[in-house]
Amino acid sequence: MRNPILDTFFEETEELLESLAEGLESMQGAEFDKETVNSVFRAVHSIKGGAGAFKLTDLVSFAHSFETVMDAVRSETLALTPQIMHTLMRSADCLADLVDAARSGRTIPEEVTSGFLTALQACLGEGEIEAVDAWDNFEFAAIQLDIGPVDIPALPEAFSSAATAAPDTIGQVQIGYQIEFRPHAALFTNGHEPALLFGALADLGRITTHIDLSRLPEWQDLDPTDPRLSWSVDLRTDEGELAVQEVFEFVHGLCDLTIKPLLGEAPMLPNDLNASLSEPEDVPQLASPVMNEVVQAALPQPAAVPPPASSMAAAAPKPKTDRSEDGSDAKGPKATLRVDLDRVDRLINAVGELIINQAMIAQRLQDMTTIRDDDLVMHIEDYRLLARDIQEGVMAIRAQPVKSLFQRMSRIVREAADGTGKLAELVTYGEGTEVDKTVVERLADPLTHMIRNAVDHGLESREARAAAGKPAMGTIRLSASHRSGSVIITVKDDGAGLNRPKILEIAKRKGLVAPDAELNDSEIDQLLFMAGFSTATTISNLSGRGVGLDVVRNAVQALGGRISIATTPGQGTEFTIMLPLTLAVMDGMVVTVGGQTLVVPITSIIETIRPLPSDLHRIGTDETLLSIRGRMIPVVDVARSLGFPSPGTFNAPLLLLVESESLGECALVVDSVQDQRQVVIKSLESNFGSVPGVSAATVLGDGRIALILDPDAIAGGRVTPAYLMPNILSNAGRTAHANA
Amino acid sequence: MTLKVLAIDDSKTIRELLRSVMEEAGFDFSSAVDGVDGVERYAEVRPDVVITDINMPNMDGYGVIDAIRKGDIDNQVPILVLTTESGDKLKARARDAGATGWIVKPFDDVSLVSVIRRVTGMVA
Repeated sequence: MRNPILDTFFEETEELLESLAEGLESMQGAEFDKETVNSVFRAVHSIKGGAGAFKLTDLVSFAHSFETVMDAVRSETLALTPQIMHTLMRSADCLADLVDAARSGRTIPEEVTSGFLTALQACLGEGEIEAVDAWDNFEFAAIQLDIGPVDIPALPEAFSSAATAAPDTIGQVQIGYQIEFRPHAALFTNGHEPALLFGALADLGRITTHIDLSRLPEWQDLDPTDPRLSWSVDLRTDEGELAVQEVFEFVHGLCDLTIKPLLGEAPMLPNDLNASLSEPEDVPQLASPVMNEVVQAALPQPAAVPPPASSMAAAAPKPKTDRSEDGSDAKGPKATLRVDLDRVDRLINAVGELIINQAMIAQRLQDMTTIRDDDLVMHIEDYRLLARDIQEGVMAIRAQPVKSLFQRMSRIVREAADGTGKLAELVTYGEGTEVDKTVVERLADPLTHMIRNAVDHGLESREARAAAGKPAMGTIRLSASHRSGSVIITVKDDGAGLNRPKILEIAKRKGLVAPDAELNDSEIDQLLFMAGFSTATTISNLSGRGVGLDVVRNAVQALGGRISIATTPGQGTEFTIMLPLTLAVMDGMVVTVGGQTLVVPITSIIETIRPLPSDLHRIGTDETLLSIRGRMIPVVDVARSLGFPSPGTFNAPLLLLVESESLGECALVVDSVQDQRQVVIKSLESNFGSVPGVSAATVLGDGRIALILDPDAIAGGRVTPAYLMPNILSNAGRTAHANA
Repeated sequence: MTLKVLAIDDSKTIRELLRSVMEEAGFDFSSAVDGVDGVERYAEVRPDVVITDINMPNMDGYGVIDAIRKGDIDNQVPILVLTTESGDKLKARARDAGATGWIVKPFDDVSLVSVIRRVTGMVA
């Protein structure tokens, strides 16, 4: 089973990568504070630390190099040039890739990372990044036997005589160690306790301790903070000297310490003695310079009249802290709660049912005309408001800012710019705009493609920009905002604008339009969204497949959104994506068509009109046009499109004016408008597959199922007549629990 | 009596790893997300041993050690420093700051628990 803490690691790493990207982003600006650099360093450092715990070696070694460079930046030994900044940003991208790879259990080929490693190395000059030896060996016990003296002067003569362990008297061999131990005051202030050290020694063998009271002053002169005791410990053990050193590992420099071999009678026969002498394990494994030498304290020895411990501590070298002077205004972590998405989705489903249930009760109450209970009516109204509150609250849980999505896009711009030799920067607006989580996720691919397109096709070459008098650096503007219940996302470049003659020419060459077709500007623009139209000469290596804008449009439509395009020659092109705020609930107009109840999304309705018969113009046998405010727009017989019974002719029909991408505005014929209300969206796809013309279904207050129209498909004629449709409507009995 | 451990680390991964090891060993585990939080939690929890990271926002590990050692509450509590660097310089610096010992990341559970026992003398 997967370690749950590993999931925590990846979740946390995701956040760290975000703050890394954010930090690097602000380091690009003219002004950034030391804390920003620190936070970038910490992000890399934390990723390395966590990765080490899970033995993700690739990640650790890359993070290590990255960290080393960041450390140099942090300590200001490395000046931030644009080149180094670029390397750092690309390294952050690479780090993100390594994290992704680690998460999915893949490995990234070394040649991919080695380029970045070389670039990082280049930041520092020659040989500055120490190999991460310690990290290559993960099997060692965590407490490294760091016997090397911490800050003791080299002691050349210190090669221990004990290391040879030779008996210096006939009949005597080393049977253990004799330890002289005299703690300094700092040993106590650092939280050590001699008794614990003796206890640890006792774990190695049998100990005899002798306490030396000779330095103890008279009672009246006693300063309890000035340690005057010392000990001599005889340890009889078979353990090597390393084990003994390890006991005192933490107190090096905090005491006087001597470790000598303890000689004694060999408790064995003479012939065994020889054998044991030749056995390597009886010889201490390492000859440490500390051996047999007095370990001099790093701290000054207590003076004749020692100061109290507190001022001792003050006299000790003051640790310099990295933190900025006022850490108080640094941002504290925002209190958040991580919840399994499944739980939220179950809740959303339940809230959907609650809203339907409320609608049903309200409907029943309305039907019961004989009993009027005003209190009950009021309670039901309260119920409705509460249900709506809960629903909005639950939706807010799923909402997340587009920031993380936008941050990823700056990488796309960098890569695309590098790939095309252009200079480009991404400017983002409205990063805090919140959108349903699923929308954010499913928008990643289309947005990636659009951003790439913007750099690739939108921006001109450097030469062309220079010729047009534009700055060499092209700007891609990515923005998000809320507008009347929708989310608007725009991608705008400051390039040359669409080259319409060329687009038309390509479309004709690819047979997408007739060779002699005459298209107006907006029709030409729409060609970009046609399947099979792709001006790209190289296949995008980001998604691994060459996708055209048709794929982008399909993805946006699958989210219940729309995409449009606007261009100004010489000034650039702007794509606008309009998306519903949530995928679970929408405002819809409940209408009747051919005796069936249908729901039309409010977002697509421009207006409802009942035109005069004289405004309707019959063209041929099938087509009808509506003349409105001096324009002619097509009238679509929804009933006939869906295969419902339809009179075929209309004198004064009720029309819903809708905006369609393929046809521009068009008018949908409906029998009547019943209501405008919030409906819970129930997907049909898991049971019926994709049904053209129908985007989903909902359950109405009276328990009936109503289909939600896809106005665009209806207007564009991309529908399946009812007789070919799965048996949805006849099943739409009194089932309140449609399968979501 | 159950040994009380307070771990101070800004990385949730490390906190969770420590938690699983400490709880497995039967210790009473508390954690804090940065130095400032750690010093506050220290006064509340009154732990028998403190484990602290060095690189943290708001207040780093040296600041934590300094605050505890200069404070009024049990200022000789064992403090273990968590470090990814095994370098002597860092250890010397931690020791000079008043750390009792150090734990080099990545740590394994056995040695982690043994270090805690070593500096506290408590069995569990």
